[in-house]
Amino acid sequence: MNILSFYVSRSYQFLRGEILVIPSRTIALLLCLFLLFFPLISANDFILRVLILASIYAIFAASWDLLSGYTGQINFGHALFFGVAAYTAGLLNYNLDLAPWATIPIGALAAVVAGLVIGIPCLRLRGTYLAFATLAFPLILLGVVSAISSITGGERGFSGVDPLAGSRVASYYIVFPSMMVLGFIMWKIADSNTGLIFHAIREDEVTARASGINTTRYKLLAFCLSGLFAGIAGGMYVHFMKVAGPSTLELLLSFQVIIWAVFGGIATIYGPIAGVFILYPLREFLLSRYLHVPGELTMLIFACIVLIVLLFMPQGLITWLRDKTEKICPRCKLQNVATRSKCRVCTADLD
Amino acid sequence: MAENIIINGLVLSGVYALLAIGFSLIFGVARIVNLAHTAFYMLAAYLIYSLAVTAGLNLYLSIFLAIVIVVITGMLSYRLVIARIRQHEATTLIVTIALAVILQEALLKGFGGTPRSVPKIISGSTEIFGVAVLNQQILTFGIVLLLLVATWLFLMKTRTGVAIRSTAQDREVANLMGINVPRMEMTTMAISAALAAVAGALVAPLLVLTPGMWTHPLVMVLAIVVLGGLGSLKGSLIGAFILGFAENLVIFLAPSGSYLKTSVALTIMIIVILIRPEGLFGVVFEEERG
Repeated sequence: MNILSFYVSRSYQFLRGEILVIPSRTIALLLCLFLLFFPLISANDFILRVLILASIYAIFAASWDLLSGYTGQINFGHALFFGVAAYTAGLLNYNLDLAPWATIPIGALAAVVAGLVIGIPCLRLRGTYLAFATLAFPLILLGVVSAISSITGGERGFSGVDPLAGSRVASYYIVFPSMMVLGFIMWKIADSNTGLIFHAIREDEVTARASGINTTRYKLLAFCLSGLFAGIAGGMYVHFMKVAGPSTLELLLSFQVIIWAVFGGIATIYGPIAGVFILYPLREFLLSRYLHVPGELTMLIFACIVLIVLLFMPQGLITWLRDKTEKICPRCKLQNVATRSKCRVCTADLD
Repeated sequence: MAENIIINGLVLSGVYALLAIGFSLIFGVARIVNLAHTAFYMLAAYLIYSLAVTAGLNLYLSIFLAIVIVVITGMLSYRLVIARIRQHEATTLIVTIALAVILQEALLKGFGGTPRSVPKIISGSTEIFGVAVLNQQILTFGIVLLLLVATWLFLMKTRTGVAIRSTAQDREVANLMGINVPRMEMTTMAISAALAAVAGALVAPLLVLTPGMWTHPLVMVLAIVVLGGLGSLKGSLIGAFILGFAENLVIFLAPSGSYLKTSVALTIMIIVILIRPEGLFGVVFEEERG
């Protein structure tokens, strides 16, 4: 009983001291709770579908951020991980009748292998060369997949993959909590010493190496971790859509993930997740469903919104909001509300 | 078969070379990865269609107008959009993709998804070594050669050309030497857009126009400039010919070649940069001054 009340009071203190003092964290917590209990309010199939896909893409975008935002290895072909996992999971399920709980991890492992396969040759490349070289890999695979249509179904893909769960609400309760958990894990990785080394590699690789960091190993680690999370997203996608098709490898998907991540703000993890949850529902239902914008205009409006937001907030929307509403204490490096004049922990003057 | 490969290869490579050199120029001078580059090429093709076929203007006049409009669009998008966010590398990528998507969707809205075609500038065909070659193909290749030589002469012999090259080598020193760097970047953007527009004008009669026609050339241009070495015009030229011919060889010789053409071309690119990470003729940029 004592232990229980200890933990309750600890978590209450944490809630009051760390979350409620900063409005953005409070809003994030409320939004998460709202989305978690959303099916109780409305079990509308279409809205749930958009939210499920947004969660899957949020994992995907955050995994891009873990690789490209943190280590600065701009990956232009992130769809490779998604597509490899989607096809692996789909083919295993379709041909060998493995259940989703087995195919998704195997698909994610395949994506990790893909991360190694493209990571090792790309170690020698830097900057723009790396970006364009990574762009090539999903397109090469796309050509191969289209050419061997007897196995992969060619350009139309193959349908008949088992669904993720019996009902839409059940799928939602698989995908959304896993998005929160995976997002939290990625955020923790990015916040750990490993994440610090990723930052160092982006800022100055030579200096990082001179400080005794095996940058090669950490860059490969970034590729593999990113592949792992993107692979989980790809596996969930194929089981949710019940179709594995070439759209999971397309150029557009690779670009899309960068758009989401940069729109939200890179090197934050929560930025890309928020970016997906703003942009994807915006396009899917606000524009096409409720404002009845014709199909060809939604993409136009979408691109214009992205353009205008990035023109005025080149660092991304969430980063911009964070910088406007919060200040970092110069002494203890903790976040404070921008209206405070003294740090909430160490009472140092905030400038 | 072999004749077809050679002729199609030459025409395709020439068009790729024009696109890649424009892309390479603006990258070299302003360090801007302009992913909207091939969207300008598509815009030119569609403008010619709308001016010549829909509005019924003279074909030559509409080609000229199309090129002018594309150059203005390019310069405006540089001045109003790209120049403002260019120090953020990832943001530049997204913004240029957004520009390309905006162009694509605007064309989709204006012309619909149905494929369109543009009349040939000159019709008929000539027999060369016993093979019938479309006159349009000969014209395309001729103009490509002419433009390549003209660009080379411009960059090597004129004062502006030298200024552009020195800006590409070292912005800050060029600035110290009294070169107006922003104006040089603007000029380069105009040249780059003009080259894309000419490529579009030359290719329009040989292809069908669809609003998605910019993605495949974009991938090829990216592969070409990486293969040849970023910022190297000679590299872009040679890269264009290597990948242009590789694509045609695959189309004609391999089973299900039209699926595999991009894969093979990109694989060649990967192999080359694995052996030489800076591309065939890449200049190893020294660390840019912070």
